[in-house]
Amino acid sequence: MAMEYFIQQLINGISVGSIYALIALGYTMVYGIIKLINFAHGDVFMVGSFIGLFSAKYLASAGLPPVLVLIISLIFSMTISALLGITIERLAYKPLRKSTRIAALITAIGVSFLLEYTGVLVLGPQAQGFPDILAKKQYQLFGTSIQVESNQVMILITTIILMIILQYIVRYTKTGKAMRAVSFDMEAARLMGINVDRTISATFAIGSALAAAAGVIFGMTYNSVDPLMGVMPGLKAFVAAVLGGIGSIPGALVGGLLLGTVETEISSLGYSSWRDGVAFAVLILILIFKPSGLFGKNVREKV
Amino acid sequence: MNKLNKKFWLSIVLALVLYGVVQILLTTGALNDVYKSMFLLICVNVMLAVSLNLINGITGQFSIGHAGFMSVGAYVSAILTLDYDVPFVLTIIIGGLVAAVCGVLIGMPTLRLNGDYLAIATLGFGEIIRIIMLNTEYVGGASGLSGIPAKSTWTIMFFFTLITVVVINNFIRSTHGRACIAIRENEIAAEAMGINTTLYKIIAFTLGALFAGMAGGLSAHTFYVITPGSFNFLKSFEILVMVVLGGLGSTAGSIVGAVFVTLLYTYLRDFPEWRMIIYSIVLILMMIFRPGGLLGRTGFSLKKFGKKEAKANGGISDSSAS
Repeated sequence: MAMEYFIQQLINGISVGSIYALIALGYTMVYGIIKLINFAHGDVFMVGSFIGLFSAKYLASAGLPPVLVLIISLIFSMTISALLGITIERLAYKPLRKSTRIAALITAIGVSFLLEYTGVLVLGPQAQGFPDILAKKQYQLFGTSIQVESNQVMILITTIILMIILQYIVRYTKTGKAMRAVSFDMEAARLMGINVDRTISATFAIGSALAAAAGVIFGMTYNSVDPLMGVMPGLKAFVAAVLGGIGSIPGALVGGLLLGTVETEISSLGYSSWRDGVAFAVLILILIFKPSGLFGKNVREKV
Repeated sequence: MNKLNKKFWLSIVLALVLYGVVQILLTTGALNDVYKSMFLLICVNVMLAVSLNLINGITGQFSIGHAGFMSVGAYVSAILTLDYDVPFVLTIIIGGLVAAVCGVLIGMPTLRLNGDYLAIATLGFGEIIRIIMLNTEYVGGASGLSGIPAKSTWTIMFFFTLITVVVINNFIRSTHGRACIAIRENEIAAEAMGINTTLYKIIAFTLGALFAGMAGGLSAHTFYVITPGSFNFLKSFEILVMVVLGGLGSTAGSIVGAVFVTLLYTYLRDFPEWRMIIYSIVLILMMIFRPGGLLGRTGFSLKKFGKKEAKANGGISDSSAS
């Protein structure tokens, strides 16, 4: 019985972890390429969620079948958020490419609060209900008491599909190769004729699109979205990225899933009000004992 | 008496004149309660901004968990007042000292990190402090402590603020302050010159935490109520805005920034979302067009636009950029 309970929590943890992982990918890719903690990333996730909400409502009222509603709102939300990501990069971060990292970090915090409170101003501070796009069903697993919700299956499938697409883009396309080259050495990449600005924009676009997907999934899971919802998932996804080794794509995935499961297990033990504290404690322990994370490379300090 | 000392005493005299004028206006009732609380808030914010500037601007260690230290000071002094009847000024000092101890404890492990990693670690610690308060029944959990007597008068506030500014400003001018500036400019070079970088970083962090704790205690005794929610990341962000607005590394700038933010806070009280939007736009534009802040990196001097300082105005620097 205890074992079944544990596995049940593990399954719940994986779906929370998938959301963290999708957001963490954006953090880790942007950090890998311009060494900036993009604080605004959690708020892109929020914007993505709201766009998903509006388009899902509109499409559902137009009478489309649920699966189509999901796919179209997912793609729509990802596209708009990708454009938002590019715009943020162009307007706020690009002018600071040559200045110090702290200046860029302060700007990122500024962009984050700008998105949050523009959201509060436009949408109001109260939470809004997210429609059930797909009917919720429960499945029993192999005759045990372990339950799997249709939503959790959907989250896992969406995450896996997006991961495969991401792997394909990063490994085999020209943009992906350019991204890896720029993150390895920006100046050398520029000398080799790679359009660095465009590559950075592409990174922001991909990261923001993934965050938007996470936003739609989040809305479908928790049925409630508000303009400040991006703060905590954003910070925790960053913890996940650090846990996995910032700059590493598989690291972000593993870190997200790990953090999600740890959190769910802690909540299930009855310490849910300590959950956020544990995430930050994990962050600090990782930073102190293994700053390169689980999958990161060790970078020696240069004079 | 040399020139530096003369300037120092002149600013003290000016500050005392300012104190006297406000005190007279308050006692004669020319200023109502709204202005009174505004002046008290300015003092709290000046203490917070100046102490954060010591960590972020002078030593170049990017901390965004300052509200955490403030909350430690606020809770400790509020409990001492409510449960133990300790004299008021003593509660503030004890609150500051406990915050300073937290500063040492947090600083020792985290200050080995630099740049953005340190920022995230301090943010994490700030949140952990808040979550501990949230889960401790003794300090009221989520509803916090209420009914704290409003013992912070203008006189006490002002002199605590003056002491903060004088101590931090003199620290910056001392050998130790120079060492901190050297760490900001280039940590590796500073270490090569024989500066114990870890020690100085911890000293700056602790001193910053001490005054933030005192500011917390004073604010707790101004506004009756403290809740864990009022010391969240938003509060840390607000302090950061003050420091950045005035110019990272400038004490005078931090004071100007604190006053400006408090005025904005008072006049936009009914439009909190506009306030945050203005903060963030100001912050972004500031970093893009004038990263040195409004006053740049000038010291606490009366002729702020002197030739020498104008030349010394640089962008903020970052030791981790190699």
